[in-house]
Order: sequence, then structure tokens, then C-alpha cells
Amino acid sequence: MSDRSTRRERYERARRRRSVAIATISTIAVVGALVILVPLTPGWERVRQAFFDGDVFVETFPGLLSAFWLDVQILLWSTPFILIVSLLIALARNTRSPALFPLRAFAVIYTDVLRGIPVILLVFLIGFGVPALGLSRTWANPLIWGSVTLVLSYSAYTAEIIRAGIDAVHESQRAGARSLGMTSSQTMRSVVLPQAYRKIVPPMMNTFVSLQKDVALVSLIGPVEILRQAGIDKATYANFTPYVAASLIFLALTIPCTRLADWALARQRARTGATTIA
Amino acid sequence: MRRSPALRRIVPAIAVGALVLAACGSDDDAGESADGSVDCAATIDDGVLTIATGEPAFYPWVIDDAPESGEGFEAAVAYAVAAEMGYDADAVTWVRTTFDEAIQPGAKSFDINLQQYSITEERAENIDFSLPYYTSNQAIVALEGSAAEGAASIADLKDVKFGAQVGTTSLAFITDVIQPNQDPFVYDDNVGAKAALEANQIDAAVFDLPTALFVSAVEIEDSSVIGQFPAETGGDTDQFGMVLEKDSALTSCVDAAITTITDNGELAAIQQEWLADTTGAPVITVE
Repeated sequence: MSDRSTRRERYERARRRRSVAIATISTIAVVGALVILVPLTPGWERVRQAFFDGDVFVETFPGLLSAFWLDVQILLWSTPFILIVSLLIALARNTRSPALFPLRAFAVIYTDVLRGIPVILLVFLIGFGVPALGLSRTWANPLIWGSVTLVLSYSAYTAEIIRAGIDAVHESQRAGARSLGMTSSQTMRSVVLPQAYRKIVPPMMNTFVSLQKDVALVSLIGPVEILRQAGIDKATYANFTPYVAASLIFLALTIPCTRLADWALARQRARTGATTIA
Repeated sequence: MRRSPALRRIVPAIAVGALVLAACGSDDDAGESADGSVDCAATIDDGVLTIATGEPAFYPWVIDDAPESGEGFEAAVAYAVAAEMGYDADAVTWVRTTFDEAIQPGAKSFDINLQQYSITEERAENIDFSLPYYTSNQAIVALEGSAAEGAASIADLKDVKFGAQVGTTSLAFITDVIQPNQDPFVYDDNVGAKAALEANQIDAAVFDLPTALFVSAVEIEDSSVIGQFPAETGGDTDQFGMVLEKDSALTSCVDAAITTITDNGELAAIQQEWLADTTGAPVITVE
């Protein structure tokens, strides 16, 4: 009995080693082909000069990094508002009282309209349009209205994720809680939402990664953040290397977040007993 | 990684071969309108000069976004230069490009590109510039009652919140010469700067003078050109050149044409026709 299980373990170990070996070889083959073949293309010299200029990279990188701080700031102060607004919208959409129909209708219109308009257009419409109503200099600040735009747009997306999470909690949970004498809001707060939150962590992380990149759209209405700084540097040197540098800086933030999202997803799969088939 | 010497020779040879093939492949129906000089014939389409401008092209550089009419300063200059190069109006095609398209590596969709490209040393490393066809002062546009109003020198502009278009020498002028206490806001195009003026997000915007005059006269109510910075007062002037592919065979031909129309007074006449009112704006001294 123990002998058979050991043989099985040996067999599985061998299969794993074989998988790793094949993955390694195919990776080396693909990367090697890229490294050897791309420089053979006739335009490679021009591309290298235009996109991978070491001097331009060194000169523009510090400025790009400090401009990136503005992106991080916008991200940090927008995210809490997005979470609050989206939760309110999702809850409004999940109300069941007939008297609250106007609230449900508002939530539907809010998500439909704000999710349906490209963020880039919203940034222009709100960023230039609202201050033109005659606001004072302090309140006309494009950072305020750019952030408001991100909150409006992303809360519409996030509200749908939360709503999906709420809907994924089985109706029997609600019925059970109500039969124990909980009120409708107690049921939502103590029974439905805690279960919904667990389900929505991976898609929320995805949306957060997407927000990290869309923050750059605020630059369209004036503030010089990393995308705009890269554009200025590109025009100064007539060279695209600053865009490559900016991409690397973005990756330094987004890759850890996507890894975290993957990890959250994997953990959830493991917990819910999903099996993995190679 | 470094390539072997043999490959270094072969790869350009392949590129040249491809170019020759492409040239042979194109139609020869346009006829020989070039003036016989070898340089002037090296266009992307045989017998046709392809000229690029912005999308849209703005007044007073191109009138009504229709460069084919030859109306507007740059449209008129383009046809004058084309004529000197041996291409009559029928042999000129217009295409539209963005700034990026004009400087990205690879084959170009145009022979020459003019949309107020300022000639700078850094840019010249990646693209060819013709000789300048226009020299412009920087100018400030502000609304009535702006913090920039009444400025007579750079010192009066330190606390002004500025805006400008990305990639322009106007932006470089703000950050390098005016050096205001607040960072300027930056926009994709002049329209953004105009919107920001109207939204009270900036006090003043910097444009090249002809654009500034048009913006203040036509596009933004209650605005005016509150000053220009001529070179003789220490201002940076902006020289506009046509953009060609790096090491283009046409560059010397274009330069010769611009020299001719500069010397025979044609360029000055075109400028008089389309940019006549640039002398009226008040002068701001830099030093």
C-alpha cells in the first residue's frame, strides 16, 4: 500500500520535472528567437534609436518618476471615494421597497450613463465644462474635476461588481437571516455584504489596476503627470524613449497589483474547492 | 546586441533594395514634372509632391482647413515651394499627420510636412528640417482682468498661472524664460488651452503670435494679446521649418526653393497677405 503511493509520488514528481523542463526550453526558444530576429529587421536601428535611447532615458527618467507621484496621489484620494459611491449605488440598486423605485431608477441611469461614456470624453466634459460655469480659481482646479470624473466613471463600474457580488449570495441566506428576525438592513450588513465582499475581491483588484492607468487621463485637462511629462520630453527630444521609461514606471506599480489579484483569485478557487486541470 | 559587420552592410542593402522596388512598383503616369534635378525627383510617389499638415489645420496657417485651396500662410508657402521644386499645383497631394507620425521611425507618408514645427537641435537628430520659412515671436493671450494684464516685463508675470500646448516652444518659453512660480498646465492642443482660459483654470496662455492674434480676435470673447516677446528684447523666437525624413534626398531641394522665394520677395509677400497684423501687439521685455 505504502509502496504503491510512493511509486505514484515518484511518477508525479517525474511528470512535474518534465513539465518544468518543457516550459523552460520553450521559453528560452521564444525569447532567443525574439532577441536574435528582431535586431535583424531592416528598421531595427531606427527603432532602437527612437525608442531605446540610453541618454534620453537617463535624462528624462527622474522627471518622469517625480511626475508619477501626482498619479499616485490622484489614485490614493480617488479610490476611497470610488468605494463609497459605488457601494451606495449598488445598495440603491438592491433596494426592494416599492417606495424607493426612484432611487433604483437613479442607480440604473447612473451606471448606464457613466459606464457608457469613455473616460477620456468624461474628463474633457467635466474637467472643462463644470469650471466654465464660473467657479473660483480654487474650485476650478482641474485636479479636483479630473478626480471627480474618475470617481464617477469608476464607481459606476465598481457598483456593478458589487451588485454582482450581492446577487451571487444565495437567496436562502437572506431568507434565513430574515427568519431569524433580522431587519432588511441588518441582513444586508451582517449576512449578505460580508459574503459578497469575498467574491468580488479579484474583479475589484482588476478594476484597481485599470484605474492606475486611467489616472493619466487627468493630464488632458492640464496637470502635468507622468504621461504628459513623457509627451513633453518626447517632443523635446523627438524621441519615444520617454514613453518606454513611463511604461516601465507604470509596470512597477501595476505588476505587483496584478500578481496580488491573481493570488486572491487562486486563494478563492482553492477555498471554494475548484479543481485545476492542466 | 551587436550585429556582425557583414550583416550591417547587408541590412541597409536590403532596405535600399526594397525602396528601389517600391519606387519601380509605383505608377509612372504622373509624368516628369520635376525640373530634372535628381534631388527634387526623389518623392515617395513619382512626379507627385506629397505635403502633410495637421488634422485639422488652423487659421491663419490654412484657411477653412482646406490646404488644397492654397489659402492661408502655410498652404501658400507650400505651393510656392512646390512650384520652385518643379511641381505645379496639380502635382501636389495633401495628407494629414499628427506630430508623432512625422517623427516616428520607418517609412513616411509624406515628402514634406509643415504644421508650425519649430526647429530645435534635439528634434534635428531624428528628422530633417528645411531652412525656416517663418520666424515667430511668442505671445501671451489673457482674458480681461487677468493677473497678466498690463505686464511690461517678465518680472510682472511671475505669479501668473500659465497654460500652453504640449511639445511647443511656447511651453519651453514658459518654463525656461518666464519661469513662473506655479507650474504651467499643459494641453494636447491650443483648443485645450483656450478651454482652460474660459474655465478660469489658467490666467494666460502662450502661443506663437499669429495663433495668439487669431485666438484673441475670433475664438475667445473678451480676450486680447497682452504682449509679445521679440528677439531684440531677449525673447526666444520660434523658427518654423518643414519636416522631412531624416537624411531625405529632398531636403537640399526644399532648402533651395525656400532660399529662392525668400530672396525674390515671394515669401515676404505671402507673409504680408496672410500674417499682416502681427506687428500691432504690445511688446514685453525679457531682460
